[in-house]
Amino acid sequence: MTAHTSANVPLEYQTNQNQMNILGFWIFLGAEIVLFSTLFASYFVLEHNTAGGPVGHEIFILKDVLIETFLLLTSSFTCGLAIHAMRNNSKNGLMFWTIITLLFGLGFLYMEINEFIHYIHEGATIQTSGFTAAFFTLLGTHGAHVSFGIVWIALLLIQLAKRGITQVTARKFFIASLYWHFLDVVWIFIFTFVYLKGMVM
Amino acid sequence: MSLDEFFVTGDPLILASQIAIGLTMIGLIALVTYLKRWKWLWSEWFTTVDHKKIGIMYILAGVLMFFRGGVDGLMMKAQTSRPNLEFLDAQHYDEIFTTHGVIMILFMAMPMLIGIMNVVIPLQIGARDVAFPKLNALSFWLFFVAAMLFNVSFVIGGSPDAGWTSYFPLAGKEFTPGVGNNYYAIALQIAGIGTLATGINFIVTIVKMRAPGMTWMKMPMFTWTSLVTSIIIVAAFPIFTVALAYMTLDRLFGTHFFTVAAGGDPMLWLNLFWLWGHPEVYIVVLPAFGMFSEVIATFARKNLYGYKSMVFSVVGIAFLSMLVWVHHFYTMGNSASVNTVFSLTTMMIAIPTGVKIFNWLFTLRKGRIEFSNAMLWSLAFIPCFTIGGVTGVMLAMAAADYQYHNTMFLVAHFHYVLIPGVVFAVFAGLYYWWPKMFGFKLSEKIGKWHFWLFVIGFNLTFMPMFFVGLDGMSRRMYTYSEGLGWEGWLGFSAVGSIVMAAGFAALCYNIYWSFRYAPRDIGNDPWNARTLEWATATPAPHYNFAKIPEVTRLDPYWDMKKKGETGLKKSDLKPVHMPSNSWTPIFLGVAFGVVGFFLVFEWFTLAIISSIGIIIGLVANSFDYDEGYHIPVEELEEEERAWRGDLK
Repeated sequence: MTAHTSANVPLEYQTNQNQMNILGFWIFLGAEIVLFSTLFASYFVLEHNTAGGPVGHEIFILKDVLIETFLLLTSSFTCGLAIHAMRNNSKNGLMFWTIITLLFGLGFLYMEINEFIHYIHEGATIQTSGFTAAFFTLLGTHGAHVSFGIVWIALLLIQLAKRGITQVTARKFFIASLYWHFLDVVWIFIFTFVYLKGMVM
Repeated sequence: MSLDEFFVTGDPLILASQIAIGLTMIGLIALVTYLKRWKWLWSEWFTTVDHKKIGIMYILAGVLMFFRGGVDGLMMKAQTSRPNLEFLDAQHYDEIFTTHGVIMILFMAMPMLIGIMNVVIPLQIGARDVAFPKLNALSFWLFFVAAMLFNVSFVIGGSPDAGWTSYFPLAGKEFTPGVGNNYYAIALQIAGIGTLATGINFIVTIVKMRAPGMTWMKMPMFTWTSLVTSIIIVAAFPIFTVALAYMTLDRLFGTHFFTVAAGGDPMLWLNLFWLWGHPEVYIVVLPAFGMFSEVIATFARKNLYGYKSMVFSVVGIAFLSMLVWVHHFYTMGNSASVNTVFSLTTMMIAIPTGVKIFNWLFTLRKGRIEFSNAMLWSLAFIPCFTIGGVTGVMLAMAAADYQYHNTMFLVAHFHYVLIPGVVFAVFAGLYYWWPKMFGFKLSEKIGKWHFWLFVIGFNLTFMPMFFVGLDGMSRRMYTYSEGLGWEGWLGFSAVGSIVMAAGFAALCYNIYWSFRYAPRDIGNDPWNARTLEWATATPAPHYNFAKIPEVTRLDPYWDMKKKGETGLKKSDLKPVHMPSNSWTPIFLGVAFGVVGFFLVFEWFTLAIISSIGIIIGLVANSFDYDEGYHIPVEELEEEERAWRGDLK
């Protein structure tokens, strides 16, 4: 609980408590990996069980998915720029790049919601088959994570505006950035093993 | 929904419980109001972030749940004591074996162990609290609210009744309509979030907050097993989270994860359930192994035999625990080669477990054994648990398992594992660390009654189950006809359960008696113990250690006592930083409970509206920049003088 400071490390690592928070969050991400692995594994078990409903490649629109992918990957890049600005102690830079990141995130969500509406019009709802249940749950869990992240990081922006870059706000932004990059990694797996595989197989 | 659908009606036993619960609630509220203790409860307990108090609340809740689960067990034993009894009908019996299983594993064993971990681990590693005190409080309140939500099912809406394993398709909406199994899905989800947070919290605590000098191989065994348990929690609970989410979607939103008709797969539930469920067994049993190790070393007056092999065994067990889940369903259509693989991995677990048994025995060898109550429980554990382990190896053989699968033999086996492995450990731990929590010992004399009644009752209850199981009685049968040759065994078993219940009553009486009459002047080290939790005052002060101890070897406190280095220099005192109390954990816990309750009844509008509570709690938590407070040196000095006499 003590607040030892050591100056040679980035701001967010300078107290013991912050180091523990960051480690704790990494372990939480480990749990998230297990969570998404389970969702993926279940999807692989159920993906061919379409029960007369639509099959993946009949409904996927690869162009839209590609746009989603670019939006989210770019947001990960701008998120990196935000942390870079934070390391340079630039409050405005951090603010700017974080807002850009969130806008990309919102764009991703907009595209994804449209994608879901399209599927529902095609007759693929979450209740249609084992395949759609696993598909929507995997995608929905990722999308819910993105939504949660957007709200969370928006709250952090308010705190940043009020308090500036301190040891505590720096730690919070750093952890949020880990979360954001993690969602990106999950998306890469979704893009590869749900969409591309679904188009090919 | 009309009121008589909302409340469970038509069963005199349940009506009596409804009245009793109502009266108890009114009585408790009246009592606290009469004693003017609301403010005290709020500021000392409900909002506390002190790991010791959180631990005590966990243990208290665990004892309550032990009572509830125990009553379920006694009712089952009463129902099967004679053939063709009509004490419970089939539906009621189904509900009771379901709640018995869920409560005993998730709401009794887990909180008891996590409670003792909470009290002991920070003290044992020489830390002032866990890594995230507020998150720790949140874990507790999520667990507690989930336990209450689950327990209320039998008076409001109806209990889950598809077994603690809740296999599909039985647990689906088609075969189990009503809200019972919704309680299962939602309450366990809420408890699971809390448990995951506990796992993360304890990993970080143990990795980052050990006293200087306490390297990996100087960590006490209980700390090691708690660390490994926490790692298993993080690796296994998210699987259950997903499985429960699927169950919730299937039951509440009509998806088809587990229904064959629309392309779902019931075996997916089984695999996910046991991918979590088998590691869960080790989650509860490993901390228990750690407790036995501490108790046996202390009361044999020797250091733990084979410390390193103990560590490797624990890690090995954790690894193997992830690779055995299929042995729960050998008979459900796997190929012979799959069964063979899981047979082998299952039998391999017996190797590290055997190493541990021999280590405990060699620790006892030539020790100066003191038969304290904590030690008695540890000694009784070894033979009883070995019976559970050996029958486990019998069950592990896939071909033979076709004979035992889903019989009472299996039920007897896992009770022989979990009762000695977990319950005996919890009792040993309670007797051993009770002074650390409350400043007095539990009576050794009444404790002997507790011990002998419970151990004899346990064997009387569960030993006959092996034999009726081999005679063909399958589990979960609510009644049976005469002339099958079972009634003698089961009558015997029912008597045993009463003896075991008498043992539990003796424990409760012991707690009451000791609170009133046990001597308080026991010093800081009543057992002549070896680890750091005894190096500070007993009961531990809220700041744990005035000065963080330095560790040079295993069993550091034993070493300090030998060298006469237990004193404290006045010049070593510095202000101690402490976290502030917080209302957000209990608020969030209750908010989750309310949303959960509405979800159970599928009242989605109300659920969405009340989830604002969760959002408020999370936002308030994010905007909370409280940095705690410092205890001044003068206060430390005063508190330390109170038990040390003079400082150097």
